[in-house]
Amino acid sequence: MDVSQYLEIFIEETKEHLQSLNEQLLVLEKEPDNKETINEIFRAAHSLKGMAGTMGYKRMQKLTHDMENVFQEIRNEKMKVSSTLVDGLFRGLDALEEYLDNIVNNQDEGTNDNQDIIDLFQKELQAGLAGGSDAPAAPAAPAAAPAEKAAPAAAAAAVATEGDTKELLDSFTLTEQEKNMINKARGQGLQGYIVRINIQDTCVLKAARAFLVFKAIETVGETIKSMPDAQAIEDEKFDFSFSVVVTSAKTMDEIQAAVMNVSEVKSVDIALIDETKCERKEAAEQTAESTAAATGTATATQTKAPAATAKKPVVNRSVRVDIDKLDDLMNLVSELIIAKNGLVSISPADLVRDEKNSSFRDQVEYLERITTNIHQSVMKVRMVPIESVVNRFPRMIRDLSKKLDKKMELFMSGEETELDRTVIDEIGDPLQHILRNAADHGLETNAERIKAGKPEVGSIFLSAYQEGNNVVIEVRDDGHGIDVEKVKAKALERGTITPDQAETMSDKEIIDLLFRPSFSTAEKISDISGRGVGLDVVKTKIEALGGSVECRSVLGEGSTFIIRLPLTLAIIQSLMVVLGNEKYAIPLGSIQTIEDIPTTDIKYVEGKEVINLRGTVIPLVRLDKILDVPNAKQDQESLTVVIVAKGDKQAGLIVDDLIGQLEIVIKSIGKYINNSKMISGATILGDGEIALILDANTLV
Amino acid sequence: MADNNMVASTLDTTQYIGVIIGNEQYGIDIKYIDNIVKMQRITRVPKAQPYFYGVINIRGEIIPVMSLRVKFGLEPDEFSKKTRILIVKPEQQAPVGFIVDEVREVVNLADEDIDRSSNTTDQGSFISGVGKHSKGLISLMNIAAVITEKEAAAI
Repeated sequence: MDVSQYLEIFIEETKEHLQSLNEQLLVLEKEPDNKETINEIFRAAHSLKGMAGTMGYKRMQKLTHDMENVFQEIRNEKMKVSSTLVDGLFRGLDALEEYLDNIVNNQDEGTNDNQDIIDLFQKELQAGLAGGSDAPAAPAAPAAAPAEKAAPAAAAAAVATEGDTKELLDSFTLTEQEKNMINKARGQGLQGYIVRINIQDTCVLKAARAFLVFKAIETVGETIKSMPDAQAIEDEKFDFSFSVVVTSAKTMDEIQAAVMNVSEVKSVDIALIDETKCERKEAAEQTAESTAAATGTATATQTKAPAATAKKPVVNRSVRVDIDKLDDLMNLVSELIIAKNGLVSISPADLVRDEKNSSFRDQVEYLERITTNIHQSVMKVRMVPIESVVNRFPRMIRDLSKKLDKKMELFMSGEETELDRTVIDEIGDPLQHILRNAADHGLETNAERIKAGKPEVGSIFLSAYQEGNNVVIEVRDDGHGIDVEKVKAKALERGTITPDQAETMSDKEIIDLLFRPSFSTAEKISDISGRGVGLDVVKTKIEALGGSVECRSVLGEGSTFIIRLPLTLAIIQSLMVVLGNEKYAIPLGSIQTIEDIPTTDIKYVEGKEVINLRGTVIPLVRLDKILDVPNAKQDQESLTVVIVAKGDKQAGLIVDDLIGQLEIVIKSIGKYINNSKMISGATILGDGEIALILDANTLV
Repeated sequence: MADNNMVASTLDTTQYIGVIIGNEQYGIDIKYIDNIVKMQRITRVPKAQPYFYGVINIRGEIIPVMSLRVKFGLEPDEFSKKTRILIVKPEQQAPVGFIVDEVREVVNLADEDIDRSSNTTDQGSFISGVGKHSKGLISLMNIAAVITEKEAAAI
């Protein structure tokens, strides 16, 4: 066995620790005296160091170690948190992230020592400590005793007291053979110890931790026995602590230090096995029970594995699943739905209502309910809170604020809103781009803000919420907004629009020009944004996810970017319609109403067909024309119009006939066919026929 | 009727599926052929290139179908009982369907039977060489060119 099988866990956990460090550092910068935060930071840094050490990433361990020293001194109130120090710490985090990236890519941390950052920490340490009178040198073993009082849950080593030692010894019964082994070891100058390892109760993968503990013990001695036995530990059949009997040439403290290096170990109790213990034969079990009752803590019952399991508190009942497995599951659900649709389509709806038919229909309906539920469950499993994407933004805004020399603050809400994993993976970059835009171009400089009578500190708001079958993410800034005239002038200059067009375009249409390729109004090109590869890429990416983006802006008051994303990608409810002898699916999410309109109600505005529907003028789209459908119905007295909406814009799609609502599985039609954007994909109907899916967004 | 070509292939021969398009015989390397299906209902895709007739459903997978006749600048297809769709799976790309007039035989060609220099026809770029076998000549189709050349043809 080697540690490579824990690489994945290591990567995941390191990411989490780094994220938490980033977040907490931001807090620390604002509240330098926040005890809880510094404890939290210390804990994360310590776990990180331990993990990197166990996995053999020496450079990473070294850097974290030096960072930890800094945190240690801050915690002991020997150092002040300064802005330069925080900058340095952030640089350290970036360097750690770099190591991690290297590890993800080629399982190796790389060769960058980041000596400059380490030197910086040393310098800061010396400078910071120079103030204190009896400043000790950077302590090599941060898990030392002083840590204990400051961090309640921190990795503090509780040195076993007399009573504990006895209890620990009593909790073990050694067989004759094991006693012989210990005695033999003693003959070779080794000592026998009982070590009890208490794992933090937040630990998820206890078995993995235990494995790492065993690994750590191997470096200092030899394991003779464990309680519960190795198999039970591997199966996670223990509470949050377990004990091992070790023979070693090292001292108690050395063994303890080695085990404490494994992260998520809360404390280590250790006791020397003397001759008396080896001579004892019975009554140990009984004593153990009485001590357990006396202490009354859960950890004391660790020797009784089954009892502990029964009492096991519900801490974390989640499982990490490879996303590929979920994709497979989703594909299977898709297949199931297609098969179900096949059954529905052959169900004898028009036949005589005899008993057999109606029971068949009942069963089909039952099946339909189940498949819909399965689909929803699988979908929910794939949902991830948007938090995992947005939690890196506060750090980014902080950096931007320094870089641009503008004061700004990011307010986030709705981080718990959930989105499909695939969408989450893709939405990060577009969001980041919009935020950078807001910081760079949206917000004015501090001086300009004061002159305009605004608060000096600019605000950027990021809010996410669910709206029907969509998730909406809004990025709002209180900057100067988009200067429509400037955009118009630029568009004219670039030849994007003609002067005639400029005359008739609404402000909104002009703002939409920003989403055209290579269109940047920033006069000064910075490395933050404004290289002309901006909003169009954002738009393409979001549209590829089946979403839409729009921008609203009020000059002088700020701009808002509104991103709408579908909750799920693979399976949607749709309305099936007929055009000529072709079938098309329109996503139900974009449909507002379906109307029967007499031909006589059609009015003309600028030569275009519109209808006046309850006070709203809605343009009509003749689908048969734009889709070149042969044999569409002509000259009817009344038209079937499907009203679709995108944002606050509407359009009426004229179709020949309606078939009904259907749950469809979206499939790509591939990259070979020059796809007009109107078709967003295809789906297979129950009878094996293919229907194309119309993207209503492009028709509005 | 075992002629030379039907003799068990040696190591340096390649098998080609011989298909008829117009009055020419083309060969497609058998390793690219995923499936051969009879003509079936093709769902038209609006605004597609003229030679893409639409998409079909092969065991739950949606596959675009192209007419080689239109692609090669011949008269549009007249579907008959012999018309077939070859499902071709190029390396590292999604499968695509080729409509051909007829699928005739499997041809074994040794390397020395293939003339790779005679790319003189108009459709030169679609052909990687000409094979000589007992019944005459067979144009060997360059699958990658037929598929990737789409942009140029669409303009």
